[in-house]
Amino acid sequence: MKTAQGAARFDLLQVGDRLPERDFECDNVQLMLYNAALWNGHRIHFDEPYTREVEGYPGLVLAGPLLGDWLHQCVDEWLGEDGRILSIDYSNRVASYVGETLTSGGTVAALRPTNSEADIDVHIKNAEGEVVAPGKVVVRFGEYW
Amino acid sequence: MSLLTPELLGNIGRKSEPRRELVTRRDIRKYAVATGSRQDKYLQGDQAPPMFHVPLFWDVVELDQLSPDGVSIDTLLPKFPLEKAMAGGLKIEYHKPIYPGDWLTATRTLSAIYEKQGRSGPLIFYEVIMDVVDDDGALVIREKTTRILR
Repeated sequence: MKTAQGAARFDLLQVGDRLPERDFECDNVQLMLYNAALWNGHRIHFDEPYTREVEGYPGLVLAGPLLGDWLHQCVDEWLGEDGRILSIDYSNRVASYVGETLTSGGTVAALRPTNSEADIDVHIKNAEGEVVAPGKVVVRFGEYW
Repeated sequence: MSLLTPELLGNIGRKSEPRRELVTRRDIRKYAVATGSRQDKYLQGDQAPPMFHVPLFWDVVELDQLSPDGVSIDTLLPKFPLEKAMAGGLKIEYHKPIYPGDWLTATRTLSAIYEKQGRSGPLIFYEVIMDVVDDDGALVIREKTTRILR
C-alpha cells in the first residue's frame, strides 16, 4: 500500500533527526515469557543460581534477540503508518541483565529521495551510556503493511 | 597455519531440512506481549511484528536433546576447533507481511566459514542464512546470522 502521507513526511526529514527514546526494564516475568514464546530453554535466562555460580554472570542474562526486537520497535513506532522497515543489521555487543534500565533510540543517517528510503542508525544503551546493541535499519516511506 | 581444514570448509553450503509452520493469532499475541509491544495490530494478533520468525522457527527438540545448560544443539553446524561463542550479528530483510493463518517454510543454509586474526588469537566466523517462504514459494524473510567463535 502506498500512502501520500508517508511520502509527504519523508520530504520533511533531515539527516540527524532523532527518533524518540524509550526505556525498557525487563523483569524475570517478562524474560521468562519471552523465552517461553521462543521455546528457549537456556538456563542463563531463568535459573539465577546456575547463571551466577556456574556461568559467572552477575544476574539473569537478557536474550540477545529481545534487544533486537526493541531496535525494531523503536523504528516501527516512529514510522507509524507512514512507512515500513525493509531490513535491519544489528549486533549484540555487551551482555545486559534483569534489573537494568536500557534505552532504545536512533538517528536518521541517510536519505535517498529517489526511492523515499532512509537509513536509521539505532541503538540500545545501558544506564552507563554504553551501546550494548548497535544497528542500522533501512526504511521506505509511502509503503505500509 | 589455518584452523580451517578442507574438511571443515566442505560443510559450506550444507542445508537443513525445510520446516513448515502455521502462524497463529495466539502465538503472535504472546510474542507481542512478551516483547513489550505497544501496537494494537500486534497485541491483538492481527499481523505479526518484525522478528516473529524467530519464535516461529526456534528449534523444538525433545528434552533429552537439550544440553545441561538447556540449549538445543544446532545440527546444521560442524564441530569447530574453537568453541567459545562471542557476540554475533543478525541481518534481516523483510519482503512480505505475515498474518495469522499463513503457512511458512524455513530452510537454513550454512553459507560461510572464515577466519580472522583477533587481538588475542584467531577467530572463526560462520554465517547461516535462513530463507522463509510462503506456500507459493515467494520469499517472505531472509535472515543472515553471523557468529564469532574464539
